[in-house]
Amino acid sequence: MHELSIALSIIEGATEEAQKHNGAKVEAVHLKLGKLSGVVKDALLFSWEIACQGTTLEGSRLEITEISVVVHCENCKTDRTLAEINNFSCPVCNAPTSEVLQGRELEVTALEIIE
Amino acid sequence: MTQTRLVEVRQNVLKHNDVLARQLRIRFQEAGVFVASFVSSPGSGKTAFLEKTLTMLRPNYRIAALVGDLATANDAARLSRAEVPVKQIETGTICHLEAQMVENALGDWDLNELDCLFIENVGNLVCPSSYDLGEALRVVLMSTTEGEDKPRKYPTIFNTADVAVITKMDLATAVEFDLKTARASIQAVRPGMKVFEVSSKTGAGMDEWRQFLQSQFVAKAETLLLETV
Repeated sequence: MHELSIALSIIEGATEEAQKHNGAKVEAVHLKLGKLSGVVKDALLFSWEIACQGTTLEGSRLEITEISVVVHCENCKTDRTLAEINNFSCPVCNAPTSEVLQGRELEVTALEIIE
Repeated sequence: MTQTRLVEVRQNVLKHNDVLARQLRIRFQEAGVFVASFVSSPGSGKTAFLEKTLTMLRPNYRIAALVGDLATANDAARLSRAEVPVKQIETGTICHLEAQMVENALGDWDLNELDCLFIENVGNLVCPSSYDLGEALRVVLMSTTEGEDKPRKYPTIFNTADVAVITKMDLATAVEFDLKTARASIQAVRPGMKVFEVSSKTGAGMDEWRQFLQSQFVAKAETLLLETV
Protein backbone atom coordinates (compact mmCIF):
# COMPACT_ATOMS: atom_id res chain seq x y z
CA MET A 1 0.00 0.00 0.00
CA HIS A 2 1.57 3.25 -1.11
CA GLU A 3 -1.53 5.44 -0.74
CA LEU A 4 -0.22 7.03 2.46
CA SER A 5 2.85 8.37 0.69
CA ILE A 6 0.62 9.54 -2.17
CA ALA A 7 -1.58 11.36 0.38
CA LEU A 8 1.52 13.01 1.85
CA SER A 9 2.61 14.19 -1.62
CA ILE A 10 -0.83 15.70 -2.22
CA ILE A 11 -0.69 17.51 1.13
CA GLU A 12 2.77 18.84 0.34
CA GLY A 13 1.58 20.23 -3.01
CA ALA A 14 -1.62 21.68 -1.54
CA THR A 15 0.31 23.37 1.27
CA GLU A 16 2.65 25.01 -1.24
CA GLU A 17 -0.31 26.20 -3.29
CA ALA A 18 -2.10 27.58 -0.22
CA GLN A 19 0.99 29.57 0.66
CA LYS A 20 0.66 31.37 -2.67
CA HIS A 21 -2.74 32.55 -1.41
CA ASN A 22 -1.40 34.06 1.81
CA GLY A 23 -1.61 30.78 3.68
CA ALA A 24 -5.36 30.46 3.16
CA LYS A 25 -7.04 27.53 4.89
CA VAL A 26 -7.60 24.58 2.55
CA GLU A 27 -11.06 23.16 2.96
CA ALA A 28 -10.92 20.58 0.19
CA VAL A 29 -8.56 19.16 -2.41
CA HIS A 30 -9.97 17.99 -5.73
CA LEU A 31 -8.18 15.06 -7.31
CA LYS A 32 -8.51 13.30 -10.65
CA LEU A 33 -7.77 9.62 -10.16
CA GLY A 34 -7.39 7.40 -13.20
CA LYS A 35 -8.48 3.79 -12.86
CA LEU A 36 -5.09 2.81 -14.29
CA SER A 37 -3.07 5.03 -11.95
CA GLY A 38 -2.23 2.19 -9.60
CA VAL A 39 -3.79 4.07 -6.68
CA VAL A 40 -6.88 2.75 -4.93
CA LYS A 41 -9.58 5.32 -4.09
CA ASP A 42 -10.72 3.81 -0.80
CA ALA A 43 -7.19 3.30 0.47
CA LEU A 44 -6.33 6.88 -0.42
CA LEU A 45 -9.41 8.24 1.39
CA PHE A 46 -8.54 6.09 4.38
CA SER A 47 -4.99 7.50 4.39
CA TRP A 48 -6.12 11.10 3.92
CA GLU A 49 -7.34 11.78 7.44
CA ILE A 50 -4.27 10.25 9.04
CA ALA A 51 -1.89 12.05 6.68
CA CYS A 52 -3.57 15.41 7.35
CA GLN A 53 -3.21 15.18 11.13
CA GLY A 54 -0.98 17.89 12.52
CA THR A 55 -0.77 19.71 9.19
CA THR A 56 -2.55 22.87 8.04
CA LEU A 57 -4.88 20.57 6.08
CA GLU A 58 -6.24 18.85 9.18
CA GLY A 59 -10.01 18.48 8.80
CA SER A 60 -9.95 19.01 5.03
CA ARG A 61 -11.80 16.86 2.51
CA LEU A 62 -10.36 14.96 -0.40
CA GLU A 63 -12.78 15.05 -3.34
CA ILE A 64 -11.91 12.30 -5.80
CA THR A 65 -13.19 12.13 -9.35
CA GLU A 66 -12.47 8.73 -10.81
CA ILE A 67 -11.41 8.74 -14.44
CA SER A 68 -12.35 5.77 -16.58
CA VAL A 69 -9.96 4.25 -19.05
CA VAL A 70 -10.49 5.49 -22.60
CA VAL A 71 -8.79 3.68 -25.46
CA HIS A 72 -8.69 4.25 -29.17
CA CYS A 73 -10.14 1.41 -31.21
CA GLU A 74 -8.22 1.15 -34.49
CA ASN A 75 -10.96 -1.01 -35.95
CA CYS A 76 -13.89 1.36 -35.22
CA LYS A 77 -11.67 4.46 -35.55
CA THR A 78 -13.39 5.67 -32.40
CA ASP A 79 -12.43 6.34 -28.78
CA ARG A 80 -14.09 3.92 -26.38
CA THR A 81 -14.52 3.83 -22.61
CA LEU A 82 -13.62 0.53 -20.95
CA ALA A 83 -15.92 -0.83 -18.26
CA GLU A 84 -13.16 -2.91 -16.66
CA ILE A 85 -9.41 -2.48 -16.62
CA ASN A 86 -8.73 -6.17 -17.04
CA ASN A 87 -10.10 -6.43 -20.53
CA PHE A 88 -8.47 -4.16 -23.07
CA SER A 89 -10.75 -4.85 -25.97
CA CYS A 90 -13.26 -2.62 -27.73
CA PRO A 91 -16.67 -2.90 -26.01
CA VAL A 92 -18.35 -2.68 -29.42
CA CYS A 93 -16.30 -4.72 -31.90
CA ASN A 94 -14.16 -6.67 -29.40
CA ALA A 95 -10.87 -5.84 -31.15
CA PRO A 96 -7.85 -5.68 -28.81
CA THR A 97 -7.00 -2.09 -27.97
CA SER A 98 -3.72 -1.03 -26.43
CA GLU A 99 -3.68 2.69 -27.08
CA VAL A 100 -4.63 4.26 -23.74
CA LEU A 101 -5.84 7.86 -24.07
CA GLN A 102 -7.06 8.43 -20.55
CA GLY A 103 -7.07 6.69 -17.20
CA ARG A 104 -3.54 7.12 -15.80
CA GLU A 105 -4.29 10.49 -14.13
CA LEU A 106 -3.15 11.25 -10.61
CA GLU A 107 -3.59 14.96 -10.57
CA VAL A 108 -4.73 17.69 -8.22
CA THR A 109 -7.11 19.88 -10.21
CA ALA A 110 -8.39 22.42 -7.67
CA LEU A 111 -8.35 23.55 -4.06
CA GLU A 112 -11.25 24.96 -2.07
CA ILE A 113 -9.78 27.65 0.11
CA ILE A 114 -11.26 29.94 2.75
CA GLU A 115 -10.13 33.54 2.56
CA MET B 1 -16.62 37.70 6.21
CA THR B 2 -14.89 34.52 5.11
CA GLN B 3 -15.81 32.79 1.91
CA THR B 4 -14.83 29.62 0.16
CA ARG B 5 -13.15 30.01 -3.19
CA LEU B 6 -12.20 27.37 -5.74
CA VAL B 7 -8.65 27.74 -6.98
CA GLU B 8 -7.78 25.78 -10.08
CA VAL B 9 -4.42 24.03 -10.10
CA ARG B 10 -2.93 21.37 -12.30
CA GLN B 11 -0.55 19.40 -10.23
CA ASN B 12 0.71 15.94 -11.04
CA VAL B 13 0.98 14.25 -7.65
CA LEU B 14 4.00 12.19 -8.70
CA LYS B 15 5.71 15.14 -10.36
CA HIS B 16 8.77 14.93 -8.11
CA ASN B 17 9.34 11.28 -9.05
CA ASP B 18 8.54 11.84 -12.73
CA VAL B 19 10.99 14.73 -13.02
CA LEU B 20 13.75 12.69 -11.36
CA ALA B 21 12.98 9.68 -13.55
CA ARG B 22 13.23 11.84 -16.66
CA GLN B 23 16.61 13.15 -15.52
CA LEU B 24 17.78 9.59 -14.89
CA ARG B 25 16.57 8.51 -18.33
CA ILE B 26 18.57 11.31 -19.95
CA ARG B 27 21.63 10.36 -17.87
CA PHE B 28 21.31 6.71 -18.94
CA GLN B 29 20.87 7.69 -22.57
CA GLU B 30 23.87 9.99 -22.57
CA ALA B 31 26.04 7.31 -21.00
CA GLY B 32 24.71 4.72 -23.47
CA VAL B 33 23.40 2.37 -20.77
CA PHE B 34 20.39 0.21 -21.50
CA VAL B 35 18.26 -0.01 -18.34
CA ALA B 36 15.69 -2.72 -17.68
CA SER B 37 13.61 -3.09 -14.53
CA PHE B 38 12.00 -6.28 -13.22
CA VAL B 39 8.67 -6.27 -11.37
CA SER B 40 6.69 -9.22 -10.01
CA SER B 41 5.07 -10.62 -6.91
CA PRO B 42 7.34 -11.95 -4.15
CA GLY B 43 8.71 -15.39 -4.92
CA SER B 44 8.10 -15.42 -8.65
CA GLY B 45 11.76 -16.01 -9.37
CA LYS B 46 13.04 -12.51 -10.17
CA THR B 47 16.40 -13.01 -8.51
CA ALA B 48 17.05 -16.42 -10.07
CA PHE B 49 16.09 -15.04 -13.48
CA LEU B 50 18.29 -11.99 -12.97
CA GLU B 51 21.22 -14.16 -11.87
CA LYS B 52 20.87 -16.26 -14.99
CA THR B 53 20.57 -13.15 -17.18
CA LEU B 54 23.67 -11.56 -15.64
CA THR B 55 25.74 -14.72 -16.02
CA MET B 56 24.62 -15.08 -19.62
CA LEU B 57 25.46 -11.51 -20.63
CA ARG B 58 28.64 -11.06 -18.60
CA PRO B 59 31.11 -12.44 -21.17
CA ASN B 60 30.04 -9.91 -23.80
CA TYR B 61 28.69 -6.88 -21.95
CA ARG B 62 29.56 -4.61 -19.06
CA ILE B 63 26.61 -5.05 -16.75
CA ALA B 64 25.49 -4.14 -13.25
CA ALA B 65 22.40 -4.58 -11.10
CA LEU B 66 20.46 -2.80 -8.37
CA VAL B 67 18.17 -4.94 -6.25
CA GLY B 68 15.40 -3.64 -4.03
CA ASP B 69 14.04 -5.33 -0.94
CA LEU B 70 12.41 -4.16 2.27
CA ALA B 71 15.21 -5.71 4.30
CA THR B 72 18.35 -7.87 4.06
CA ALA B 73 21.13 -7.83 1.50
CA ASN B 74 20.62 -11.52 0.70
CA ASP B 75 19.76 -10.91 -2.94
CA ALA B 76 22.84 -8.80 -3.58
CA ALA B 77 24.98 -11.49 -1.94
CA ARG B 78 23.32 -14.14 -4.11
CA LEU B 79 23.75 -12.09 -7.27
CA SER B 80 27.40 -11.39 -6.56
CA ARG B 81 27.97 -14.99 -7.68
CA ALA B 82 27.39 -13.68 -11.19
CA GLU B 83 30.56 -11.61 -10.67
CA VAL B 84 29.14 -8.29 -11.76
CA PRO B 85 28.73 -5.11 -9.68
CA VAL B 86 25.56 -5.41 -7.58
CA LYS B 87 24.12 -3.03 -5.02
CA GLN B 88 21.24 -3.67 -2.66
CA ILE B 89 18.62 -1.01 -2.04
CA GLU B 90 16.96 -1.60 1.32
CA THR B 91 13.70 0.31 1.28
CA GLY B 92 12.82 -0.16 4.95
CA THR B 93 9.04 -0.20 5.05
CA ILE B 94 8.49 1.15 1.56
CA CYS B 95 6.84 -1.30 -0.78
CA HIS B 96 8.33 -0.08 -4.07
CA LEU B 97 11.38 1.61 -5.56
CA GLU B 98 11.31 5.31 -6.44
CA ALA B 99 13.53 7.25 -8.82
CA GLN B 100 15.27 8.93 -5.88
CA MET B 101 16.34 5.57 -4.44
CA VAL B 102 17.79 4.55 -7.80
CA GLU B 103 19.69 7.81 -8.08
CA ASN B 104 21.08 7.45 -4.55
CA ALA B 105 22.08 3.84 -5.15
CA LEU B 106 23.97 4.66 -8.35
CA GLY B 107 26.35 6.64 -6.16
CA ASP B 108 29.86 6.54 -7.51
CA TRP B 109 29.23 4.12 -10.37
CA ASP B 110 30.55 5.46 -13.65
CA LEU B 111 27.67 4.87 -16.04
CA ASN B 112 29.99 5.33 -19.02
CA GLU B 113 31.63 2.06 -17.99
CA LEU B 114 28.36 0.14 -18.37
CA ASP B 115 26.38 -1.25 -21.29
CA CYS B 116 23.42 -2.46 -19.32
CA LEU B 117 21.89 -1.96 -15.90
CA PHE B 118 19.19 -4.14 -14.36
CA ILE B 119 16.94 -2.89 -11.57
CA GLU B 120 15.05 -5.50 -9.57
CA ASN B 121 12.06 -3.88 -7.88
CA VAL B 122 10.59 -4.92 -4.53
CA GLY B 123 8.34 -7.97 -4.90
CA ASN B 124 4.95 -6.31 -5.25
CA LEU B 125 2.45 -6.26 -8.10
CA VAL B 126 0.65 -3.10 -7.04
CA CYS B 127 2.73 -0.15 -5.86
CA PRO B 128 5.69 -0.23 -8.29
CA SER B 129 3.31 0.43 -11.19
CA SER B 130 2.96 4.13 -10.30
CA TYR B 131 6.69 4.91 -10.16
CA ASP B 132 8.82 5.56 -13.22
CA LEU B 133 12.47 4.68 -12.54
CA GLY B 134 13.91 6.03 -15.77
CA GLU B 135 14.19 2.54 -17.26
CA ALA B 136 13.98 1.86 -21.00
CA LEU B 137 12.26 -1.49 -20.54
CA ARG B 138 9.92 -2.65 -17.81
CA VAL B 139 9.73 -6.42 -17.52
CA VAL B 140 6.90 -8.03 -15.58
CA LEU B 141 7.39 -11.60 -14.40
CA MET B 142 4.86 -14.21 -13.37
CA SER B 143 5.61 -17.79 -12.43
CA THR B 144 3.74 -20.93 -13.42
CA THR B 145 2.97 -21.57 -9.74
CA GLU B 146 0.98 -18.35 -9.36
CA GLY B 147 -2.05 -19.13 -11.48
CA GLU B 148 -2.93 -18.12 -15.02
CA ASP B 149 -5.20 -15.21 -14.10
CA LYS B 150 -2.56 -13.11 -12.30
CA PRO B 151 -2.53 -10.48 -15.08
CA ARG B 152 -6.29 -10.00 -14.88
CA LYS B 153 -6.05 -9.62 -11.10
CA TYR B 154 -3.27 -7.04 -11.34
CA PRO B 155 -3.98 -5.33 -14.67
CA THR B 156 -2.21 -2.05 -13.92
CA ILE B 157 1.28 -3.48 -13.47
CA PHE B 158 0.93 -5.66 -16.57
CA ASN B 159 -0.43 -2.74 -18.56
CA THR B 160 2.48 -0.49 -17.62
CA ALA B 161 5.09 -3.14 -18.49
CA ASP B 162 6.73 -3.57 -21.91
CA VAL B 163 7.33 -7.31 -21.94
CA ALA B 164 6.23 -10.27 -19.81
CA VAL B 165 8.24 -13.28 -18.72
CA ILE B 166 6.64 -16.49 -17.50
CA THR B 167 9.12 -18.15 -15.13
CA LYS B 168 9.48 -21.63 -13.62
CA MET B 169 8.37 -23.31 -16.86
CA ASP B 170 10.05 -26.49 -15.59
CA LEU B 171 7.22 -26.73 -13.02
CA ALA B 172 4.42 -26.10 -15.54
CA THR B 173 3.34 -29.72 -15.86
CA ALA B 174 3.56 -30.46 -12.14
CA VAL B 175 1.26 -27.55 -11.26
CA GLU B 176 -0.98 -28.07 -14.32
CA PHE B 177 -0.22 -24.61 -15.61
CA ASP B 178 -2.36 -23.69 -18.60
CA LEU B 179 -0.08 -21.69 -20.87
CA LYS B 180 -2.79 -20.76 -23.34
CA THR B 181 -5.00 -19.24 -20.62
CA ALA B 182 -2.04 -17.39 -19.13
CA ARG B 183 -1.10 -15.92 -22.49
CA ALA B 184 -4.73 -14.88 -23.12
CA SER B 185 -4.82 -13.29 -19.69
CA ILE B 186 -1.70 -11.22 -20.49
CA GLN B 187 -3.07 -10.20 -23.88
CA ALA B 188 -6.39 -9.15 -22.28
CA VAL B 189 -4.69 -6.51 -20.14
CA ARG B 190 -1.91 -5.56 -22.55
CA PRO B 191 -2.74 -6.47 -26.15
CA GLY B 192 0.32 -7.15 -28.26
CA MET B 193 2.75 -7.60 -25.35
CA LYS B 194 5.71 -9.86 -26.09
CA VAL B 195 5.82 -12.88 -23.79
CA PHE B 196 8.82 -15.10 -22.94
CA GLU B 197 8.58 -18.54 -21.36
CA VAL B 198 11.66 -19.45 -19.36
CA SER B 199 13.11 -21.72 -16.75
CA SER B 200 16.00 -20.23 -14.83
CA LYS B 201 16.72 -23.69 -13.52
CA THR B 202 17.05 -25.58 -16.80
CA GLY B 203 17.91 -22.58 -18.97
CA ALA B 204 14.97 -23.23 -21.30
CA GLY B 205 13.87 -20.11 -23.16
CA MET B 206 16.89 -18.13 -22.00
CA ASP B 207 18.43 -18.00 -25.44
CA GLU B 208 15.38 -16.26 -26.91
CA TRP B 209 15.44 -13.82 -24.00
CA ARG B 210 19.14 -13.10 -24.60
CA GLN B 211 18.53 -12.49 -28.30
CA PHE B 212 15.72 -10.09 -27.47
CA LEU B 213 17.90 -8.13 -25.03
CA GLN B 214 20.69 -7.95 -27.59
CA SER B 215 18.28 -6.62 -30.20
CA GLN B 216 17.25 -3.95 -27.68
CA PHE B 217 20.91 -2.98 -27.15
CA VAL B 218 21.37 -2.67 -30.92
CA ALA B 219 18.18 -0.64 -31.33
CA LYS B 220 19.35 1.65 -28.57
CA ALA B 221 22.81 2.10 -30.07
CA GLU B 222 21.24 2.95 -33.42
CA THR B 223 18.98 5.57 -31.82
CA LEU B 224 22.02 7.08 -30.12
CA LEU B 225 23.88 7.16 -33.39
CA LEU B 226 20.95 8.89 -35.09
CA GLU B 227 20.77 11.44 -32.31
CA THR B 228 24.44 12.32 -32.56
CA VAL B 229 24.44 12.64 -36.36
